Amino acid sequence: MKIKILAIALLTIGLTSTNAQAQTEIQWWHSMGGALGEALNGLANKFNASQKDYKVVATFKGSYPESMTAAIAAFRAGSGPNLLQVFEVGNATMMAAKGAIVPVATVMADAKEPFNPKAYLPTVTGYYSDVKGNLLSFPFNSSTVMFYINKDAFKKAGLDPNKAPKTWKEVLAAAEKLKASGQQCVYTTSWPSWMHIENFSAWHNVPIGTKQNGMGGLDTVFTINSPLHVRHIAMLGDMSKKGLFTYAGRTNQGDAKFSSGECAMFSGSAGAQAGIKKAAKFDWSINFIPYHDDVKGAPQNSIIGGASVWVMGGKKPAEYKGVAKFLAFLSQPEIQMEWHTGTGYVPITQASYELTRKSGFYDKNPGADMPVKQLTNKAPTENSKGLRFGNFVQGRTVIEEELEEVFAGKKDAKTALDDAVKRGNEILRQFEAANK
Amino acid sequence: MEKRVVFRSAWLPYALVAPQIAITLVFFFWPAVQAVWYSFQLQDAFGLKTQFVGLLNFAHLFRDGNYLASFKTTAVFSVAVAGAGISISLLLATMADRVLRGAMAYKTLLIWPYAVAPAIAGVLWAFLFAPSIGIVTYVLKGWGVDWNWILKGDQAMLLVVIASVWKEISYNFLFFLAGLQSIPKPLIEAAAIDGAGPARRFWTIVFPLLSPTTFFLLVVNIVYAFFDTFGVIDATTQGGPGQATNILVYKVYHDGIKAADFGGSSAQSVILMFIVIALTVVQFRYIEKKVEY
Repeated sequence: MKIKILAIALLTIGLTSTNAQAQTEIQWWHSMGGALGEALNGLANKFNASQKDYKVVATFKGSYPESMTAAIAAFRAGSGPNLLQVFEVGNATMMAAKGAIVPVATVMADAKEPFNPKAYLPTVTGYYSDVKGNLLSFPFNSSTVMFYINKDAFKKAGLDPNKAPKTWKEVLAAAEKLKASGQQCVYTTSWPSWMHIENFSAWHNVPIGTKQNGMGGLDTVFTINSPLHVRHIAMLGDMSKKGLFTYAGRTNQGDAKFSSGECAMFSGSAGAQAGIKKAAKFDWSINFIPYHDDVKGAPQNSIIGGASVWVMGGKKPAEYKGVAKFLAFLSQPEIQMEWHTGTGYVPITQASYELTRKSGFYDKNPGADMPVKQLTNKAPTENSKGLRFGNFVQGRTVIEEELEEVFAGKKDAKTALDDAVKRGNEILRQFEAANK
Repeated sequence: MEKRVVFRSAWLPYALVAPQIAITLVFFFWPAVQAVWYSFQLQDAFGLKTQFVGLLNFAHLFRDGNYLASFKTTAVFSVAVAGAGISISLLLATMADRVLRGAMAYKTLLIWPYAVAPAIAGVLWAFLFAPSIGIVTYVLKGWGVDWNWILKGDQAMLLVVIASVWKEISYNFLFFLAGLQSIPKPLIEAAAIDGAGPARRFWTIVFPLLSPTTFFLLVVNIVYAFFDTFGVIDATTQGGPGQATNILVYKVYHDGIKAADFGGSSAQSVILMFIVIALTVVQFRYIEKKVEY
């Protein structure tokens, strides 16, 4: 009896393994948890059902830094996935790792899959291309930073709830009134460096670093201690002292402070909309981020955050064919629209944006197209097409540490930003030396 | 009295310690040697390009004022964690030792936190003390305390110390309780008959007799504070605000695991290793002299 069961078991294993051999498996490591993960699996399943030769196996590997660390460790051990989703601060590290990655442009050309990088929004392609314009990684989930207001709190403070502050001057004026009306937390932010340094720079068309924000070469240095930066951070420090700005933390802690009604104004990811929609028991609106109206050319356009998909090197040719097929599949407007409307990430191709608009999605969900409008507010300049700094995981930590010193009133803005530049440049030099 | 066990067989003692030595070699010496090797190298994240740079990684560290400041933070943190951890658990152990009814329940409850992972302990305390929703924050606000560890460095330090101590108390408690129970009762009773009060009995009889345990726990707690606390910090303050809770081991973790800077991270762990070796030597040479076995 036992032998019989064993025989059947062996037979089944044999059958399934021959089955699997007929299909080429493509491993995809990602960081989309919860509802986002389900949406991602939906895409993979759709692709798997659409053809028989390839099977995309999507695996959740934890947070962005975790899946990147896992892939690095796997690569060092001689294995790893075919596709890896990497967040924007990991870009420079991936890009410098020639041999560990294969540019998407090469993958598509080798497989003769039709692929047009021009179909993507310029702010998106700019971020993920080399200086010559070759697309290095596949744009996948992009968002940007937006400005949210609690309309009920505005009403209570005697402000017009339909007129969200457009400039920082207006933010300050509204903040004073909100405070006077008894609002505990007036303004807060998530992702302080992304919002108040990186996007702030792009939005005002000033550089974050030399060499086109690091895109033009590894010998870049930070320029975030310019008078405009100092003025802006000093303003936030002052707001913090007066109780007009409540610091929430380095990641998305601000989201909950807004959706719970604690804070009346908030800057955070466009992706925060879904959570606010679910939790907020008040009327709110999503708006462009504020700007300083005396800065020439502002507002420019905001830059993206989120992640792209990198094709890893050292795999079999058949797998690259499958990868190319899968990426071509993901580029279709219908698929892009499904991802955009299902997750809240911005539509990254012009065609999918048009398609979504025609479907009436934006009429039903007012404000859902604000992020893409802000990203394409103007044609991107060298200062606003993105950034690429080596080891920016450490760089961002340095910036956030220095910002906290200002918000806590321990350093003035000039000293803090000078220190951020000095410490940040050390990290850039180290990265340059390691990647010569 | 000869405490030593004498083996007749020539190979048996070696065979008995072999598994322990093998584990130490594989899980301690091998990684330690690798860390030293990596600390002399400059490498990209994927290990595609490796350069031997000698002491450059160390030079970088010692030029960085923030890294030097982190030594002070680490000292404050470790002394606070070891000091509070040992004294609170000693207090709890002496109390639990005297309990007659329900002793088992007390002991179990006190030992429980040891089973909690550091990161979870961190999250737990971070929730209790969360600036806007924490229940402790709510009480503190009622008392007029402006509790906001997101921006206030000393409060952040207090939070990570509390979370780390809470986790270590159980371990210390177990050892102290065992130590207390091995103290012969007649000694204490005799002192009581001679008219020594509870405090006097504790300081002249119990505490000296516990000194081997206390010494052992001091060494273990310092090592714990230096090495095992990055989980708590990562789950709560992540070294901030500013650099207020950026202790040496957290920076090792951040730079190595999160930022894939293996050379810099290895150099830091080599430095950390030497500090702990030095501390342990000092403890054994000077403090151990005061221990009565």
